[in-house]
Amino acid sequence: MSHTRYHIEAAGEPRKFPPEAMARIEKLLTRYPTKQAALLPVLWVAQETWGWISKESSEEVARLLGLPASHVDGVLTFYTMFNLRPVGKNLLQICTSISCHLLGAEALVEHCGKKLGIGVEETTKDGKFTLVEVECIAGCDKAPSMMVNDKYYEPMDEKKLDQLLDRLVQES
Amino acid sequence: MDKVLSRRVGVPNSQSIDTYVADGGYGGLRKVLTEGWAPEKVLEEVKKANVRGRGGAGFSAGVKWGFLPKDTKGKPVYLLCNADESEPGTFKDRLVMENDPHQLLEGMILASYAIRCRNAYIYIRGEFYDGERILNRAVEEAYAKGFLGENILGSGFSLDLTVHRGAGAYICGEETGLIESLEGKRGQPRIKPPFPAISGVFAAPTIVNNVETLCCVKHVIDRGADWFLKLGRNEKNAGPKLFCISGHVNRPGVYEAAMGLPFKDLIYGEAYAQGIKGGKKLKAVIPGGASAALLKPEEIEDCPLDFDGVAAKGSMLGSAAIIVMDEDTCIVAAIMNILKFFSHESCGQCTPCREGTTWLYRVLARIEKGEGRIEDVDLLTRVAGQMANGLTICVLADGAAAPILSAVPKFRDEFLYHVEHKRCMGAGRPQLVTA
Repeated sequence: MSHTRYHIEAAGEPRKFPPEAMARIEKLLTRYPTKQAALLPVLWVAQETWGWISKESSEEVARLLGLPASHVDGVLTFYTMFNLRPVGKNLLQICTSISCHLLGAEALVEHCGKKLGIGVEETTKDGKFTLVEVECIAGCDKAPSMMVNDKYYEPMDEKKLDQLLDRLVQES
Repeated sequence: MDKVLSRRVGVPNSQSIDTYVADGGYGGLRKVLTEGWAPEKVLEEVKKANVRGRGGAGFSAGVKWGFLPKDTKGKPVYLLCNADESEPGTFKDRLVMENDPHQLLEGMILASYAIRCRNAYIYIRGEFYDGERILNRAVEEAYAKGFLGENILGSGFSLDLTVHRGAGAYICGEETGLIESLEGKRGQPRIKPPFPAISGVFAAPTIVNNVETLCCVKHVIDRGADWFLKLGRNEKNAGPKLFCISGHVNRPGVYEAAMGLPFKDLIYGEAYAQGIKGGKKLKAVIPGGASAALLKPEEIEDCPLDFDGVAAKGSMLGSAAIIVMDEDTCIVAAIMNILKFFSHESCGQCTPCREGTTWLYRVLARIEKGEGRIEDVDLLTRVAGQMANGLTICVLADGAAAPILSAVPKFRDEFLYHVEHKRCMGAGRPQLVTA
C-alpha cells in the first residue's frame, strides 16, 4: 500500500490491549534481551487485536515498550504488512512480481477489481474486501499466486477467483 | 542423486517430531552431543564440506563461522536463521519449513553448538503465517523432547530458539537489514565493517545463515564432509541443492539435484520442468532471482547450475530461482516489472539506489507506455551503471542494476522497437490462462 504508507490514521479512541493480548506480550518480552526487539511481534499482536494499527495503537505500543512514539511510527511505515488504516474483512493480496507477471497477474488484478467495483488499495463499501498488489510472496511455482488474509490461494485464474470471491461473500 | 533436503516432503505427518525421529532425525545431534564432539570438530567438518551459502551469496558457512572472535569478551553469540525468502522467483525455504521443520531445527542446533550460541532466532518473512505456525509447533516439540532448552541430551549445552516473523520488506533478507529488523527497527542495512561476526545483533557476535544452508549442516554432520563434497561438479560447487523454477515451463516447482545440474536439464528434463509451455521457444532466463543478470538461450547451452558455473556466464546462481521466459515475453515489460519491485523495496538510505531504482522504473514505464525517447535506451544503462559496484551500503542497487545491464544490451532491438513503434515486439501483455 505504497502511497498510503506515510500516514497512520487515528482511530479516534484510546487503545488498551485486552488481557489475553497482554499475556502474549509479556511472554514475547521474555524471548529478547531488549524490549525494542519485541516491537514487530507486539505490533503483530496489535494488528491481530484491532485488524489494523491506528495512531493510538502505535502510541500504546510505544508506551508499553518504552520507545519514542516516533520510532514506532518509523517502523510501522517501513513494513508493508502493517495496515495503517482499516481494511476489509478479506484482504486480497495478489502477487504481481515477475513470475506471477509472466503468468498474467496484472490481468487477474484487473479482473478482481472489476468484479468488486474497486481499484487497487481500495475497500468495498460493505467493508468485505480490500484489494492490494503485493511483491513476491514465494508462490512463484503456482503463479499467479495470491493470499486472502493469512492463507495462500494458488495458482489462480479468473474462474477460481470468481468462485473464491463468491464463497467469501457468503461467509462474511 | 537421491533427495536429501526435500526427501521428507510428502511423507505423512512429515512435520511432526515423531516421524522425524523415526526417520533417523536428531541422530546427528545425538551423535555430536553424546560422543563428546568438541564444537570445533563440528565447525571443521562444515568448513571442510565447503557448504556455500544457499541464500544467494555462496559464501562458505564454515569460513563465516570462523570469523567469530575467539574471545567474545563475555558477549553472547547469536545465530540467526535467514528465512526471509523474498527474492522474486524463490520458494524453496517455504517448502522445507512447511514440510520438514525439524530438519532446519536440527541444523540450527548443530550450528549453535559449533559457534557456542545460546540464543538462536529464525527470522521468517511476514507472509509465512503457516511456516511460523509449523515452526512454532516444531520448536515446542523440540523443547518437550529435550532437543532445545537447558542441558540438551545431558550434554551441558543449552539453547533457546525463537521464531520471529517479519512484516513485509525485501531488504530484511540482507543480513544486516535482518539484524536491524530483529532489533525492532526499520530494516535498513548497516555499513560493513564491522561484519556481523564481530558486531551483529544486540552489538554481539552474530552469524546469519539461510534455511537451506543450515539444513545442509545437518546432513554434513550426519554423513560427513566427504559425502557432501562428492555430490556436485567439483569441490567448490558441491552438495545437494534445491532449484526453484517458475515462469513459462510445463512443470514449475522445487527440484533437488546435486550442484552442477546442467541448466538445460532443469528446464527440459523429464524429471524436472519438462520444457516450455505450449512447446514455445525460450527467449530468456533469469538464473538466480530478480537481481541476477538475464541469460539468453545460447548462454545456458553448456552451463552447469552452480555458483561458479553461472558466474562464468556473467550472472549468478543467487538463490537458485530460475525464471523462464518464452518467445512471446515482452522483455521491456518484464524488466519494468522487476524495477518496479526494486523501487518499491529500496530502503531509501542510499541515493544511488533510492533514486536509481525509481528513475529506472519511470523510464521503463514510459518506454512501455509508448512514450519513450530514443535516448532513453542508453539512459537506462547509464543510470544502472552509476548504481552498482560498491556505491551503496548493500547490494540491492547492484541487484536492481543487473537486469538492466544484461537485458538492455542483449535485447537492445526490443527496447528500440518499443520506442519507435510504441508497442512491443512480442505478443504483448501476459495472458491469464484459465484451467
